Amino acid sequence: MERIPILKMGPFLLVTIQVDLYDRLALTLENDLINMVSKTEAKGVLIDISAVSIVDSFMGRILGNIASMSKIMDAATVVVGMQPAVAITLVELGLTLSGVHTALDVEQGMELLRTKIGNLDTDEEGLYDSFI
Amino acid sequence: MNKDTATYLKGKRKQILEKWMDNQVKDAALRDDLMSVAELQQQSEEFLTALLNAFGTPEAENTDSAGYETLIDILNEISISRARQGFSPRETNMYILSLKQVLGQQLEQNPALDPSKLSREILSINNIMDSLGMTTMETYIKGREEVILRQSNEMSEISTPVIRVWDGILALPIIGTLDSARTQVVMEALLEEIVATSSRIAILDISGVPTVDSLVAQHLIKTVSAARLMGAECIISGIRAEIAQTIVHLGIDLTNIYTKASLASALKMAFSMLNIQVTRGAKQNLGF
Repeated sequence: MERIPILKMGPFLLVTIQVDLYDRLALTLENDLINMVSKTEAKGVLIDISAVSIVDSFMGRILGNIASMSKIMDAATVVVGMQPAVAITLVELGLTLSGVHTALDVEQGMELLRTKIGNLDTDEEGLYDSFI
Repeated sequence: MNKDTATYLKGKRKQILEKWMDNQVKDAALRDDLMSVAELQQQSEEFLTALLNAFGTPEAENTDSAGYETLIDILNEISISRARQGFSPRETNMYILSLKQVLGQQLEQNPALDPSKLSREILSINNIMDSLGMTTMETYIKGREEVILRQSNEMSEISTPVIRVWDGILALPIIGTLDSARTQVVMEALLEEIVATSSRIAILDISGVPTVDSLVAQHLIKTVSAARLMGAECIISGIRAEIAQTIVHLGIDLTNIYTKASLASALKMAFSMLNIQVTRGAKQNLGF
């Protein structure tokens, strides 16, 4: 069965969706991704949807689900490269993906994740510092 | 219409054309600034030939019949071109009506017609010409509507420029009322530009929007949400006192959206979001 590859990049997971998602593929992706987060203890998930030209409410919901699930497992989700037409469609469908971070491209998405994790690290270091 | 009448009129084609042209040129409504007399002569000749041919067909009384197809085509072309050139409805319709008069006068000179026959023939010609006049008006209005549609399309495109004010900062001054169709154009233009310039911040300036009701606010919120989905943040600026009052009175929730009173303060906010610092340079003698 067709699967979408999930790449590990340091503390982050990188998913590049290069085909149009149909329902079963989206569900498989959701499943694989959450398992991967739990296995690698990733701190962030970056989903690149710049090649996706068609979305429906189901796909929007899956994206929201992935974000909420990752959040529970302490990983931030960033969706990058959404096409204008896709963004308009999602807004018209009433899906604003409020739990999801967004960025224009992979580069800016990575930067966003790094600042999020970076904040976390310094916080933790500060925490240890106060212990020591 | 009688077959003989059609043949008679066909024989008098030259005289009819001459008289018709004469009437048109003499008429006060002649627009020789829009169309030269030579052009008018050629157009009238073409039209008259087609009309007299149509009179000769078996179904001469019915302008929907096959015999009138060429004539209607010519007529449509004339009306549409006149609508585009800026002729008034009266001037366009007079073109047909002046021919009606000439045809009637010509028939009166036909010795073969007694008064009762004459009135019948004139009545039938009147009917045909009236029906053609109506077709003219219909096509004329259609032509005008096309012009209006094109202009309104152009206007909505012109009035929504997306300006790049800084690296990564776009500004979108919205002027005029926001309706659904314009929001769509504005939203698309903004999102396309965000992708093209990979800008992270867009400033929507609504100081040129006369009134903000719940529908307009809804459209603004939609635009902001769509930009956010793509990874860009929006700041709404140019909110005047009365607009702020209306928004609060209507109970519109803008708490999730950055709002600023002026474009300058929105730009300042954008700078601080992107960690850009603008400082005044060392004092220089600029000569004033």
